[in-house]
Amino acid sequence: MNSTKANTPARPQQKVAPDSERRLLQIKDTRVWYTTVAGEAKVVDGVNVTINRNEVFGLAGESGCGKSTLVEGVLRLIKSPGYIKSGQALFTYPKDGNAGETTVNLFELGLGEIRPLRWQHIAYVPQGAMNSLNPVMRISDQITDAILEHGNSTKADATKNMLHRLEMVGLPPSVARMYPHELSGGMKQRVTIAAAVTLRPELLIADEPTTALDVNVQRVILQELLDIRKELNLTIVYVSHDMAVHAELADRLGIMYAGAMMEVGTTSQIFKDPLHPYTQGLIRSIPDISKERVRVEGIPGLAPSPLAWPTGCRFHPRCQFAKDVCRRVEPLLTETKPGRQVACHIYTDAWNEKSPGGTVQ
Amino acid sequence: MSTLSDQSVPVLQARNVTKEFATSGSALRRGHIAAVDQVSLSLYDRPPQIVSLVGESGSGKTTLSRMLLGLTPPTSGEVLYHGKNIFELNREEFRNYRINVQPVFQDPYGIYNPFYRIERVLQLVIDNFKLAKSRSQAHDMIEEALRAVDLRPNDVIGRYPHQLSGGERQRVMLARLYLLKPKIIIADEPVSMIDVAVRTLFLNILLDFRDKYNISTLFITHNLSTAHYLGGQIMVLCFGRVVESGDIDQVIQRPSHPYTQQLLAAVPSIDPDNRWTTKANLESIERPLTHEAGKCVFVSRCPYAMPICSQQRPPDFTIRENQHSACFFSEKIAVEAAAASEVR
Repeated sequence: MNSTKANTPARPQQKVAPDSERRLLQIKDTRVWYTTVAGEAKVVDGVNVTINRNEVFGLAGESGCGKSTLVEGVLRLIKSPGYIKSGQALFTYPKDGNAGETTVNLFELGLGEIRPLRWQHIAYVPQGAMNSLNPVMRISDQITDAILEHGNSTKADATKNMLHRLEMVGLPPSVARMYPHELSGGMKQRVTIAAAVTLRPELLIADEPTTALDVNVQRVILQELLDIRKELNLTIVYVSHDMAVHAELADRLGIMYAGAMMEVGTTSQIFKDPLHPYTQGLIRSIPDISKERVRVEGIPGLAPSPLAWPTGCRFHPRCQFAKDVCRRVEPLLTETKPGRQVACHIYTDAWNEKSPGGTVQ
Repeated sequence: MSTLSDQSVPVLQARNVTKEFATSGSALRRGHIAAVDQVSLSLYDRPPQIVSLVGESGSGKTTLSRMLLGLTPPTSGEVLYHGKNIFELNREEFRNYRINVQPVFQDPYGIYNPFYRIERVLQLVIDNFKLAKSRSQAHDMIEEALRAVDLRPNDVIGRYPHQLSGGERQRVMLARLYLLKPKIIIADEPVSMIDVAVRTLFLNILLDFRDKYNISTLFITHNLSTAHYLGGQIMVLCFGRVVESGDIDQVIQRPSHPYTQQLLAAVPSIDPDNRWTTKANLESIERPLTHEAGKCVFVSRCPYAMPICSQQRPPDFTIRENQHSACFFSEKIAVEAAAASEVR
């Protein structure tokens, strides 16, 4: 962890605080299921993860692993036939200004209670957000509308606020008077980010915000995100399948597979010393432009269906180390050292006892 | 048919192709914009090669691939198949062209008819081109083709498109190509919609096709890392023009066009200890590129721009063996890049 910081001087130093004070969002054993004709699709099935204050937490995984559904669940945006089967999402935020902090379980709030939290405390930039701008409204009106709806400020304040936020993402004030079609994809995406942070939320959840954009524009947006985070003291949950983006951006990473969290660690730990065989395969299969060309094999096999996750460890059908225990018992996400968690039998004492001679790595 | 067997002629060649589209607006203001502007490229099958065409959205990659596939006629210039304009081929030659130049498209979800089982796309190829003598032979061929692309026939045969993942569907497309054994594959962003972990499976098959069956590929992508993985040749397309081309390792290590440099600098590093330390010049990235015949296409964003860049279109300069750059100052820039690459 220290090595990462030493090499990234731009990052603000985190104060070391007790765990309970650093926690912003604690997701416990969360399940988000969908009812389908073929049965329950357990898209998110038992996720545990804690997001700390002022960090960029990268949520990574292949398509269909449930990463978007997880954040939609936390934001209470799941619509029927989807539902939150069980779990807790404990969010700590300053209620009514600075008069102390409250912790609420987002899953227990009524929709009327969660609405004031959105924008003010939790902001969300969904996938393809740039296409959600209203084509017949000026940018300024779209942002100020949201400010007036969710905050309690005057129209003049809202306008000032809006211009300041546009500046923060590097857009000139003239953009405010434009319509979405006059902006490029990257500019539109920055407008949505600016809009999301207008009310100084504690948490920004960004779901694949740069996926459809060119690399040059992607780089700019990632930089803007880091700048905003610094200026507003923001915590960012960054959802992306692109590991290279996580390598540039994230402080810590959570790797999801088949609706569950497979591994959590600092970005450096995940890239330099991946523990879970799935993470190892994932890291191996990213082509590295700065290195010699080597042939990599990727991860053979199919991603499983949420209608029927494999028994035991969900990765076992594709895992080269799998043995009997993996087929029978589901490994829990357990801490191997502080801040480092993995859900794999290899790292438990049981591994070598149950079948002598089985070696790994 | 005699020209079709001459090995010194490229199988597929684009010679100075330009494709213009009319821009919208009132009749008086209406102009033309060149989506592809005088691009030349050659694809050979002996020895087989992989050429990556890299460019951002709007650079004309897809338009160029559509012209090579004969789906769009060029405004000027010509596409040659074994030295003959593809629109002047006789019936037999055209059939030969259609078999030997095969596409793989970007969207693995849009190309299948959802009402038919997956193996139909393979069966159709066998029927259309009369590849098999009997049904059982056709069945054996389908199984062999699926195995060649690392799919288990039992997992695929009898299934419907929605039951397969994007990566599997793209590989079924490769199985189709395996049956045809074309000389050239034109793959337009084939992996942009599939996951990283299975992406390499697809790319490895393209490499195998080259090494085992002498199939060349024109690989069109916006992703430099993927292009680097495949190796071979690279062509960097910027706003319809080829700005740099050559051996991919040389181009990536010593980019000599400012656009290539900018593109490379924006590729995120997968080493968390090697993050961006400098800031990208936001203003220069956002400045619109103007497409004027007598200018360098990149001049409005170029940090090295000089008066000459706005006065004439830079020709292709040879930087070294197998590396060309359309920039007046490419040699100077390449030297600076080599020095700066240490710092990043």
